[in-house]
Amino acid sequence: MSAERNLPTPAELPAMPRDADGPVFAEPWQAQAFAMTLWLHEQGHFTWPEWAERLSDAIAAAQADGDPDRGDTYYLHWLQALETLVAEKGLLTSDDLLRRKAAWDRASHATPHGQPIVLPPDA
Amino acid sequence: MTDHADHSHLSDTELRVRALESLLADKGLVDPAALDAIVDTYENKVGPRNGARVVARAWIDPEFKQWLLRDGTAAIDSLGYTSTQGADIVVLENTPAVHNLTVCTLCSCYPWAVLGLPPAWYKSFPYRSRAVRDPRGVLREFGQDIGDDVEVRVWDSTAEVRYLVLPERPPGTAGLAEDELAELVTRNSMIGTDRLSEVKKNQ
Repeated sequence: MSAERNLPTPAELPAMPRDADGPVFAEPWQAQAFAMTLWLHEQGHFTWPEWAERLSDAIAAAQADGDPDRGDTYYLHWLQALETLVAEKGLLTSDDLLRRKAAWDRASHATPHGQPIVLPPDA
Repeated sequence: MTDHADHSHLSDTELRVRALESLLADKGLVDPAALDAIVDTYENKVGPRNGARVVARAWIDPEFKQWLLRDGTAAIDSLGYTSTQGADIVVLENTPAVHNLTVCTLCSCYPWAVLGLPPAWYKSFPYRSRAVRDPRGVLREFGQDIGDDVEVRVWDSTAEVRYLVLPERPPGTAGLAEDELAELVTRNSMIGTDRLSEVKKNQ
């Protein structure tokens, strides 16, 4: 079966991570990224197959970059795919995102610990 | 670095998410309250218990079971567990002769409406790749030794079709009510990495 020669054998593949029934989101940002995606889809900004394709692409790209892809980086790929898709659909530009990210960074550095971080109005 | 302990710190990832959400909100494309409602739903209201209730109903109601196997999407919808992603749910019946295992090799398509969000191992490359190449080996790692006389079928989910395994009803449960039966159904038994009869014996 020459077609299968380049695929790893089961023994060469890394072990699966195991988990108990943990929380569905490890950190709040994962939940936010998830919810934005569902909402934009429900509002008709993209189809679910379009989304699944971008997510698959993001996962494949991360793997090619050396991500062991053990499930714990899943929402990072998710976020990457969402940023790609909103730019592709013309909802936002990559520049918008970078500028706004820098504004949040400045705001977080200007905020004393324990207080809510807010953007100045001109951000 | 000008980092000080006395100011707040957001990780690079948190900054990206905040940038995305605040820009989308400014443009009226997302409503923060609606996002909170989605998160609450998936964290607290949807979970494998929905799927467990579907399975328990199928065990006690042969007509519902036939409907479920014929048109999973409609039968599940009748119980109020509707997918908003527009994917059809196909229900796969485990029998003494056939064991079904589900996977999404490309990403992590999963029947959220009935199982909630997937566990980390389901999203991992090792599971996604090995479930197809070596399903019996994967099942052994989950403590399930599937005999050679049982056919193992692997189903690869897509954005359009998700799969839900209908596990075999465990022996010794003839007198149980629907709610009690639902308690016996594990998430993994509906993904196909678990068999309920085995779980009972090992306990």
